[in-house]
Amino acid sequence: MLNLSDRDRAMANGAGGPAEALAMSILMRMADVYGATELMDISQAHIDSTIYLGDATLAFAERLASLGAKVAVPTSLNVSGVDECGWKDWAVKADWAAKAARQMLAYERMGAVPTWTCAPYQTHMRPVFGQQIAWGESNAICFANSVIGARTERYPDLLDICCAITGRVPAVGLHITEHRAGQLLLRLPQVPVALQQDDQFFAVLGHLVGKLAEEHIPVIDGIVVSPSEDQLKAFAAAAASSGRVALFHMVGVTPEAPTLEAAFQGEPGRRSGEARGLDITVEDLRAARRELTTADGRELDMVILGSPHFSLAEFGLLAPLVAGQHAHPRVKFLITSSRLMKERALETGILEPILSFGAQITLDTCILASPMLPPEIKTLMTNSAKYAYYAPSLLNTRVTFGSLADCVHSAIEGRVVRDDALWRSA
Amino acid sequence: MIAGRVIVAGEATGEALVTCEPLSFWGGYDFHTGEIIDQHHPLAGVRAGGRILAVPFSKGSSTTTAVLLEAVREGTAPAAILTTGADAFFALASIVAEVMYGTPFPVIALEPGDFASLYTGERLSIARDGTIARALPLPIPSGPVHRTR
Repeated sequence: MLNLSDRDRAMANGAGGPAEALAMSILMRMADVYGATELMDISQAHIDSTIYLGDATLAFAERLASLGAKVAVPTSLNVSGVDECGWKDWAVKADWAAKAARQMLAYERMGAVPTWTCAPYQTHMRPVFGQQIAWGESNAICFANSVIGARTERYPDLLDICCAITGRVPAVGLHITEHRAGQLLLRLPQVPVALQQDDQFFAVLGHLVGKLAEEHIPVIDGIVVSPSEDQLKAFAAAAASSGRVALFHMVGVTPEAPTLEAAFQGEPGRRSGEARGLDITVEDLRAARRELTTADGRELDMVILGSPHFSLAEFGLLAPLVAGQHAHPRVKFLITSSRLMKERALETGILEPILSFGAQITLDTCILASPMLPPEIKTLMTNSAKYAYYAPSLLNTRVTFGSLADCVHSAIEGRVVRDDALWRSA
Repeated sequence: MIAGRVIVAGEATGEALVTCEPLSFWGGYDFHTGEIIDQHHPLAGVRAGGRILAVPFSKGSSTTTAVLLEAVREGTAPAAILTTGADAFFALASIVAEVMYGTPFPVIALEPGDFASLYTGERLSIARDGTIARALPLPIPSGPVHRTR
């Protein structure tokens, strides 16, 4: 039974207008689904509903906007369905671009900040430890909960905006301390440091953990290196693509897991009844890495980087790899990022060698959210496990997964070249 | 007869399509055709539109709900979804489908044992109270039984 506050009831009764009432009615029905007895405040939201798919997502956005919807808390916006300034360079149809732009406008009219990125945690809208938020976008949910220690349930499109409009969420799940305890122990007893230091390691591990975790909160024990923020971003995006991971703990790395006991909020297995856990072997990791490659030859049409959106630090890693070189004329080299990151990369001067290399940059969206790739692009290479996971299904392309350096070398050579030394069977 | 827990109420009758692998509808379901397209999923290439889809839970993208809403609008959504827990994504898609188009689809949570007893191809009838009638006597399953673990 859901107990509403006076303010909740006023919103439901239309005191704040019809959009607020509609959002509250959806939220109240969802509170029953979640088994919540009350709603609670949030102080920030991130809206994944911005992704234009067709007439239904557009109609939902425009219905809310035309009813006068306004967000009640600071709200960032995820990728849209179109790069407003760059879509004409690609295969996007004018009708798609127009409708996707209408959907963008609808969410802007609600007072959200037009960040247009799937990495809102790398903008000024980054939440802080312990902050109660309502985020959509699977990679962002996983990053915010796990790497920052902010608190969000795994919110789907169309509900995220209802939370933002009302400033309320069901008081359940990952918003509540005791539900953030680890549930499944995954150990890395014999994974060598050299492999953990490899540029692909965290993306591959995330892909594997997503599948092993099923519905549980995984605790990864045995990381002996200090992953960068972008490596944790790659891990989160991979685990939230191959699986449904909304929160993970990495012992000694993530903020709620200084120790194994802290990650489990007590003895491992005490809450879940699952004390055994699983050991992840080097062979498991090799197999997971192989799954991320569906191409079998050396042909290459495009290198694609930036899912989640490329960060300033990633531009910084790429710049020296490409400086003074040129991509093969037959191979496109595309980076998907946000306006903010591109501007900062421009200001710092690191974008210059990247553009001289022949890279193109798409903003506000990505190749999965916008139908931008021309049909002649059939084989991709990427260092993103998320791109590697979704591209074969969504774009009907074949894909090779490799390190950032592999991607650059392949673009120069005009065919797939990978340095697999570390990943080869012993 | 199976007693399911109503997550979103409704009636549906149709052929079951059963999998033990979770599914993301974004990147996993073509709402123009009602077909499962996730190349990593054992049901890749199989039509789920109009059938009663039994899938333990949603995984992956937050946009799963939006894909399902588009599918409802196009008439390519599953007739109902059966899960092992109260899956918020499937529930939300059905609730918004009711708000937008007046056509929610039933979402019913089953006990793991009941879920495991389902098989692809059997005819199911879902009532508003969450009870699921099975065609009796149960026919011998023909063709592949989509259960991967």
